[in-house]
Amino acid sequence: MSRSRLEGQPIGYLFIAPALLLFAIFIFAPLFGSLYLSFTEYTVIRSPHWIGFANFHTLLFRDPRFWTAFRNTVYYVVGVVPTGIVISLVLAAALEDLPRGKQVFKVLYFIPTITSVVAIAAVWKWLFAGEKYGLINYVLIRLGLQPIDWLLSPKWVMPAVMIMSIWAGLGYNMVFFSAGISTIPQTLYEAATVDGANWWERFWHVTVPMLRPTLIFVVVMGIINSFQVFEQVYIMTGGTGEGIGGVLDSGLTMVSYLYDQGFVKFRMGYASAIAYLIFGFVFLLTVIQNRLRAR
Amino acid sequence: MRIDGRRVFIAIVLTVGAILMILPYYWMAISSIKPPEELFLYPPRFTVARPTLRHYVELFTLLPVARSLLNSLWVASAVTLSNLFLCSLAGYAFAKLRFPGRDGIFLALISAMMVPWQVLLIPGFIIVKSLGWLNTFWALIVPNLAMPFGIFLCRQYTLSIPDGLIEAARIDGYHEFGIYVRVIVPLLTPALATLAIFTFLSQWNSFVWPLIVVQTSEMRTVPLIIGVLNGQFGANVALMMAGALVVTLPMLLVFLAFQRQFIKGIFLTSIRE
Repeated sequence: MSRSRLEGQPIGYLFIAPALLLFAIFIFAPLFGSLYLSFTEYTVIRSPHWIGFANFHTLLFRDPRFWTAFRNTVYYVVGVVPTGIVISLVLAAALEDLPRGKQVFKVLYFIPTITSVVAIAAVWKWLFAGEKYGLINYVLIRLGLQPIDWLLSPKWVMPAVMIMSIWAGLGYNMVFFSAGISTIPQTLYEAATVDGANWWERFWHVTVPMLRPTLIFVVVMGIINSFQVFEQVYIMTGGTGEGIGGVLDSGLTMVSYLYDQGFVKFRMGYASAIAYLIFGFVFLLTVIQNRLRAR
Repeated sequence: MRIDGRRVFIAIVLTVGAILMILPYYWMAISSIKPPEELFLYPPRFTVARPTLRHYVELFTLLPVARSLLNSLWVASAVTLSNLFLCSLAGYAFAKLRFPGRDGIFLALISAMMVPWQVLLIPGFIIVKSLGWLNTFWALIVPNLAMPFGIFLCRQYTLSIPDGLIEAARIDGYHEFGIYVRVIVPLLTPALATLAIFTFLSQWNSFVWPLIVVQTSEMRTVPLIIGVLNGQFGANVALMMAGALVVTLPMLLVFLAFQRQFIKGIFLTSIRE
């Protein structure tokens, strides 16, 4: 064994130093800075001053806008994650059954994943345009339904954003499911077929149970990502003159509220408290995911 | 016969889905070249009678869009190149070099990947502001020069490189940096391609960070154009669609050229196990 190996290779410190320095300044310092700020009142004009748990107390007990943001966000997560996963799972299973042309479909479904979220939101804003102008309302009218004032009626803002997000996330989820399905032994399907199972039964009794690890991963990632929704609602509710949350805060999400408090109202201590509540939630989910995977 | 019928049904479902995936893009493109009198026709038309580029002309004269494209290209390229170098170098150290505290530091990096970006936004803004970097390329580039995830990816790939190759190079008299350049980097190419795609894409599409650190029209990156159009010209649909197309098209072309690498890359970069 060479001497260098016994003594170690301190040059390693040099190799990791640039990255570590960057992380110290732009990740670890902000991480603790944010924690500190969440216990202060900081409005940029004056230096932060310590107020203990007051921000958290106000957020949780005295701020109806925070709870509006929380409700909208949970509504969004519940609306997007299960539906998006069911559709993409069925599509992925169908795709794996296709003898040819898999790649073409994968590419087409994947395009929204590589598209800027704000560009997607801009396009869907036009698709969701009110009265008879938007393409979606045109379809509704053709189906004999009433056109919907999607982005200006408090009831329909979040559903519109959800429909867009489900659409945008299909290809991304499909890639995971396709990868998972391709590892399922073909013999399981053959055995199921011999037992007389049809496509749907094989999907339900072979594909779904065998995909459990992938499903857990996609569900948790989906919840974490959806919980942080911002750019979509920022664009879709923007430009109406109604502020960050759109009409009656109907499109206000947790991250929108953070942005509103931090960068519109410049209440940076308060916004940091919101950030840490989001962090806590994401952390909790990650722990749950690890528990589920360990089983 | 029964199997064929099922296959046809599956193909039809997938095709209808694929059409629904493409339709918004088609609608974006077609709306951007419709003259105003055709844009709000009822029923809406899927073709254009008299296509016009006037919205693009308007867009490029109203806002410094060409400058924004250059800004985005510069920021995304600089961040990508830097990540390729810094992450592979650190990845090599974490995978193959021995020094006290190595695994503890690596663990801290892994935990950093879990931190949601929102938590870093406000202090990040304050730090950049106190450095006097607001509204400069420094603010857009420097905080992203290296990503924990990139190091993680490079380390995982480097672990699979046999120690024998490194030992042989060491016996040949190469120093550690020489080994990194001659042995590690060439073998790391697939991982680096993945990292490059992921980094460039996420930088090109990045919206929130530029939104808070950019203050003037000359410093805007491309996605910010959408934000501006949305805020100031919200009613001008054709202009919005032209802007959306300008943001989308470059990445779409690169994606179509390197589709397999893209899909594999995004897939790999999402699995952080």
